[in-house]
Amino acid sequence: MRGLGLMLGRHAVLVEILTAAGLVAAPFVLSPLGFAPGTANHILIWGLFGVGFDLLFGYTGLLSFGQSAFYGTGGFVAAYLLTRAGMSNVVLALVIGMIAAAIAGYGVGLIALRRTGIYFAMITVAIAETFFFLENSPLSAWTGGENGLPGVPTPHFDLFGFHYQVGTDWSMYGFLAVCYFVGIVIALRIVRSPVGAILTAIRENPLRAAAVGHNVHGYKLTAFVIAAAYAGFSGGLLGVLQAFMPPEAFTFDTSGQLIMQTVIGGTGTLFGPLVGAAVWLSLRDFLQQSLNLGAAWKLVLGLIFVLLVCFLRRGLVGGLRNAVEWFTARWRASNGVAEAPAPVAAVVATVGPSRRRDETPFSGPVLEARGVTKSFGGLVANRDIQFSVSQGELRGVIGPNGAGKSTFFKMLTGELPPTSGHIIFHGRDITGLDIASVCQLGLTKSYQVNQLFNRLTVRANVVIAALAERRGRFSLDFLRRIERVPGLDAQVEGTLALVGLAARADVPVSDLAYGEKRRLEIGLALASSPSLLLLDEPLAGMSPRERAETVTLLKNIRRGRTLVVVDHDMDAIFELAERITVLHEGAVLAEGTPAEIQRNKFVQEAYLGGVAA
Amino acid sequence: MITWPNFVSQLFNGLALGALLALISSGLTIIYGTLGVLNLAHGAMFMLGGYAGYVAYEATGSFTVAVVAGSLFLVVVGVLMERVIIRYFYSRPAEDQILVTFGIGICLVEVIRLFFGSLSKTVSPPDWAAGITSLGFMFYPTYRLAVVGIIAAALVALFLVLFRTRLGLIVRAGIEDSAMVDALGIDVDRVFMIVFGIGAMAAGFAGIVNAPVVSLTPDVGDAILVETFVVVVIGGVGSFTGAILGGLISGEILSLTSMVDPSYSGVMLFAVMTLVLMLRPQGLLGTKGRT
Repeated sequence: MRGLGLMLGRHAVLVEILTAAGLVAAPFVLSPLGFAPGTANHILIWGLFGVGFDLLFGYTGLLSFGQSAFYGTGGFVAAYLLTRAGMSNVVLALVIGMIAAAIAGYGVGLIALRRTGIYFAMITVAIAETFFFLENSPLSAWTGGENGLPGVPTPHFDLFGFHYQVGTDWSMYGFLAVCYFVGIVIALRIVRSPVGAILTAIRENPLRAAAVGHNVHGYKLTAFVIAAAYAGFSGGLLGVLQAFMPPEAFTFDTSGQLIMQTVIGGTGTLFGPLVGAAVWLSLRDFLQQSLNLGAAWKLVLGLIFVLLVCFLRRGLVGGLRNAVEWFTARWRASNGVAEAPAPVAAVVATVGPSRRRDETPFSGPVLEARGVTKSFGGLVANRDIQFSVSQGELRGVIGPNGAGKSTFFKMLTGELPPTSGHIIFHGRDITGLDIASVCQLGLTKSYQVNQLFNRLTVRANVVIAALAERRGRFSLDFLRRIERVPGLDAQVEGTLALVGLAARADVPVSDLAYGEKRRLEIGLALASSPSLLLLDEPLAGMSPRERAETVTLLKNIRRGRTLVVVDHDMDAIFELAERITVLHEGAVLAEGTPAEIQRNKFVQEAYLGGVAA
Repeated sequence: MITWPNFVSQLFNGLALGALLALISSGLTIIYGTLGVLNLAHGAMFMLGGYAGYVAYEATGSFTVAVVAGSLFLVVVGVLMERVIIRYFYSRPAEDQILVTFGIGICLVEVIRLFFGSLSKTVSPPDWAAGITSLGFMFYPTYRLAVVGIIAAALVALFLVLFRTRLGLIVRAGIEDSAMVDALGIDVDRVFMIVFGIGAMAAGFAGIVNAPVVSLTPDVGDAILVETFVVVVIGGVGSFTGAILGGLISGEILSLTSMVDPSYSGVMLFAVMTLVLMLRPQGLLGTKGRT
């Protein structure tokens, strides 16, 4: 089975081997070129610092201006231990510094992650400034204030009676290179783990990541803490490299330089920060020393940064990768490798309403809404709705525009809390639960407007949804390879086959036709193996052929599932549904079999404005 | 030692600083509210206003000319920046907008450093506001009193533009729903350009008015930018009145904490911001739903 990881897996070891080879070869190439080891060492520290930041920004999409807070925290804790507290084990001190930074990251994350986007950026700026204030004055007895902490020793190792003292220059390079290598190996594992896939999903579409059942806040906090840990360890290394812990580690400029280097090198690449740091530091030296530009070096780098943000947002590494992909695609096209879209066939569903949690036999209705009301200010969108669906049923919900159908669905899935009333699912009151928890219980919906992870492939989209089903709401298996998640491949391939996208699995979502996107939208909901699936206008905007395919799909997926379908396509609803509920002006107008609804006077009035009455 | 005159004078300092923060923040917040762009170059614009005023002051010796020149120069800078770069970022993610304005801010600071060096420049207050004034029970620098008045006047002017003119109506409607304003046949593109110009002018005006109080360095905007963020978070992003309230609160916090222990003023400001985020995440006067 050509699973998710197999192809990647072959590349995987290659990346590590190339990294190791590059790190080993660097001194032998750079030294004869007259490259000072000091610059290479600083590049490694910035590169390692940036690996964590790239996980946070490049992968999770959280642009933090506060990384200096953790760089400084880790650095000063390690330096304090090694100078004033008399600790002699350098590596242990670095690890303790890293843990301190991670703890600080947890606390800061709890505050900063309350908001997203620009608020998040602004709050991280303010927090970083506060750390600088704290270091500089109230804590100056421990940190040395403006003087920093001098006298940080270099590490030494005693292995098998052999004593090795790390010196400066290329000897220090060796130590830093090992640290960087370990850091990048761990980061690569995180990226290839289920957590890595979910972080990318959060970057692409946090709403949908939560809707398929992931605890988005928890994963964001995880990424924040990991980034803080990387920052803390790197900060400690800075002290070790310079034999001195400078207070500048805490300044806003440190955060700014990290961001600029990462963007110049390329976000979402892990190696971008290293490349960016190399460009930054060598250009600085070159402009200052060889061209005698003095202070203008930063202006030149600032202009390069602005130009890259404008025209090459993925930076140097990202641009290189794009170019390689473009040439590969051209080569494939000229060699006649093409993929034809496959029509939806009547597939035997391999995705069952599966291991689902509460499978105890239950006789009552699957879903029940008791007196559910939602008002937005003075506007009552839903009024006292009584609604009940039994096991295995296919229920249609219809109503004119503005009848409150979408609001009702949002309350059922936990996207909106009802103003009053209760929602009972499998006999359990789920009112007030968040959307991810409701999905984990087996109730989810497909959206009226596609909510997909647009820059990822079809398969990656389904993997993200299936991971929530396989791993639950929150799990910290960030060192496990994604293909080791039991049953994931079967779940993904089964879903892809069911929605007829198996042949299109490796296509980016942005390249799909509209009808295919709609099917993927349903596929995302299906991949979480819901026992009850709500479909919000699955047929909206479809061509006649796409519509016919989707009706076939709905017939396929209803086996073994309970479905509630909202749509304006009356023909389809009357053909598919066993019972129909009519909403009108936010309240239930009628309920019954399609035949009963067709005869219902009130329904005719609501739809035809009383003309037929 | 905290004495009564000391306390009152710190209260005045807080008012002056608060008014200044309010004006800069309202520039930041109307740009964000209308265009949806968080302008990280706002601190650099504040700095640039000071330097533009400084050049005009050196050339003419007139403080009034310096203020007018500083403000107008920033209108030009703002409009240019919007036309040449920012408008291509409206459809890009918020992170890209933040990155590009951050980069522009750095370039502006470095350009100034290139031409004027890192050493500080001073602008003298106008003759009529030199010296100190007796308030009966204490003496207070006259220019600082004048700053409160000048900035209050600027805020009133900005308020009148926003709430009493056709342009202001469009801007406020644009804050609510810019797509709808566009659909109504109003040239949103032009409004965006003007708003960016006005926002930049607010920062530039504050920069030159504040120049006699502190000495000018290329980095003078960096600290202000951070404080402005706190103001906006406390007051509520996109709210003009929130920016004023947040500015005054922040100014007093910084000033009154300094009286007890200056090293804690920044920490205290941040603590209040955290408190606001806990209790009212959208800011004191912010509307829910805007992130």
